[in-house]
Amino acid sequence: MKFQGTDTYVATRDLTLAVNAAVALQRPLLIKGEPGTGKTLLAEEVARALGMPLFQWHIKSTTKAQQGLYEYDAVSRLRDSQLGDPRVEDIGHYIVHGVLWQAFECDEPSVVLIDEIDKADIEFPNDLLRELDRMEFHCYELHRTIKAKHRPLIIITSNNEKELPDAFLRRCFFHYIKFPDKETMQRIVGVHFPVLKHELLKEALEVFFDLRDVPGLKKKPSTSELIDWLKLLLAEDIPPEALRAKEAKDAIPPLHGALLKNEQDVHLFERLAFMARRKQP
Amino acid sequence: MLVDFFLHLKARQLPVSTNELLALLEALEARLVSASLDDFYLLSRTILVKDEALYDRFDRAFGEYFRGIEDLPGFAPDVPEEWLELAARRHLSEADRLKLQKLSYEKIFEQLKERLAEQKERHSGGSKWIGTAGTSPYGHGGYNPEGVRIGGESVGNRTAIKVWDQREFRNLDDTVDLGVRNIKVALRRLRRFARKGAATELDLDGTIAGTARNGGWLDLHLRPERHNAVKVLLFLDIGGSMDDHIQACEELFSAARAEFKHLEHFYFHNCVYEGVWKDNRRRHGEKLSTWDVIHTYGPDYKLVFVGDASMSPYEIARPGGSVEHWNEEAGVVWLERLLATWPHAAWLNPLPEAHWSYTPSIGMIEQLVGKRMFPLTIDGLERAMRSLSK
Repeated sequence: MKFQGTDTYVATRDLTLAVNAAVALQRPLLIKGEPGTGKTLLAEEVARALGMPLFQWHIKSTTKAQQGLYEYDAVSRLRDSQLGDPRVEDIGHYIVHGVLWQAFECDEPSVVLIDEIDKADIEFPNDLLRELDRMEFHCYELHRTIKAKHRPLIIITSNNEKELPDAFLRRCFFHYIKFPDKETMQRIVGVHFPVLKHELLKEALEVFFDLRDVPGLKKKPSTSELIDWLKLLLAEDIPPEALRAKEAKDAIPPLHGALLKNEQDVHLFERLAFMARRKQP
Repeated sequence: MLVDFFLHLKARQLPVSTNELLALLEALEARLVSASLDDFYLLSRTILVKDEALYDRFDRAFGEYFRGIEDLPGFAPDVPEEWLELAARRHLSEADRLKLQKLSYEKIFEQLKERLAEQKERHSGGSKWIGTAGTSPYGHGGYNPEGVRIGGESVGNRTAIKVWDQREFRNLDDTVDLGVRNIKVALRRLRRFARKGAATELDLDGTIAGTARNGGWLDLHLRPERHNAVKVLLFLDIGGSMDDHIQACEELFSAARAEFKHLEHFYFHNCVYEGVWKDNRRRHGEKLSTWDVIHTYGPDYKLVFVGDASMSPYEIARPGGSVEHWNEEAGVVWLERLLATWPHAAWLNPLPEAHWSYTPSIGMIEQLVGKRMFPLTIDGLERAMRSLSK
């Protein structure tokens, strides 16, 4: 059972190796990379390729580690007790299972995605150390230890907004998704647009990589933005020649709003285009 | 079998742990990869390296080990002597510099050789040895973490040392003693204090949870009143000698912004006088009167200065001493006013503590703030927060 990428997801050799190592050794896999390089998508595709159920846990700044294990719904219990509901006798009715609990109790091996762990509070990863290490935790209300039936494959993504603590990192495998080179990018686009005109793709990729090379951009356009842009180009039926217009006066690519998301970047780009125009005789 | 490799990585300053080595061996035992070195490289990187900033270092260490380069290229004899001297001034630490006078030149060079050999070995996978703009460890305009900057500015003055210090600081990658994360953890010390006090406020969530747990019997929970978090006034020295510490100050500022809900910041230059400003780009247009600041914020604010306090003593002690304008009242008067308004105060100084005694103005300020000056390091921050929460 090896992950090799899927028909909709191009995985490079180093990425497949990292995933397979994490599967084989049952360690959490930490994925970093520029936004838009398919970090979150990876978990979905791995689950699909390996035929395992996927449990997703999207982290927000208010997320607590405990919420991934379970929550005790005291208010429901209070209400039930006031109404004389017999369910109130069993506290187990008021324990709401979190993502990790569900995955631990799952009857087959599963994939757990902990998305954007860096959004959470700074102590969040530390609170999950034992759970990820031993794949078990204790439920105090039930006096019961929940142990994973099958150690799930845990995929964690981070955008590097906060540094993660060392003890946490030591327990994970790590992979940094590099920005794809031209060849890989062609494969990625091929997966999304099987019938794209070769010429248009070539021109578009050229414009795209040129744009990424512009120094000083605040946010470089990423793979997902390229895909969006190509969709737009197709929808608007822009001919390849329009992209090829290398004369400086057209230096700004059509529909650039899909690629440049930052006002300052657009300004910078316009300025550069203006300067290039002035240099020409 | 991989113990040598492991120790080699360790020697190249990669933070690897025994657990990770065991994991790697386990992976090899599980026959995860074929016998190809490329795959082994990818696998060991996945398991051993946890930060993309360290990839480069790992690549070099890996290359060295598997190319069998174990003997270090010795100290190249064709390096000119002047260059050595330059490097010596740059490269030796502050403590070494103090010893410099007492030592003979041979001895210094001996030490330097050791250090440079160490550097060389770290970088033997890299490009040229001495050069400009590149990944070479020596030279100028490059970005190498352990780089020795040669050429460019004048050598030997105080600024040069500071720039070097700062480079070291910034480029320590993951071993940064003063990352945003560390700063936040240090600042927490202050935040926790804000929740202390008598339990006078009804804790609604706690009461509901407690009552439910009791099976319906009312169980009142009280908690200390929330002190609207801590309120902090941050006065930042900006420009001039502070330019070297921009990185550290930015990190502090971003950490403080995230930690404290009530944070007001003001800029000043060298010493506080009758005017401060909030936006450095419009410092001349939009000055705030310091009196207004004093009258606006209550005594429950805590006062934190960040500055190197390095200036001419006149700038503190005399009217008209400011380098920028004619100040009617001396800096000391203004500082005392601020300190009287907000008795909980601390001064953070980005200069290393050991340097303070060389600059008279630092001593003066230290005296003014009542010995509550702390270096801008994790340890210093913690001390400052402890002193502020007293």
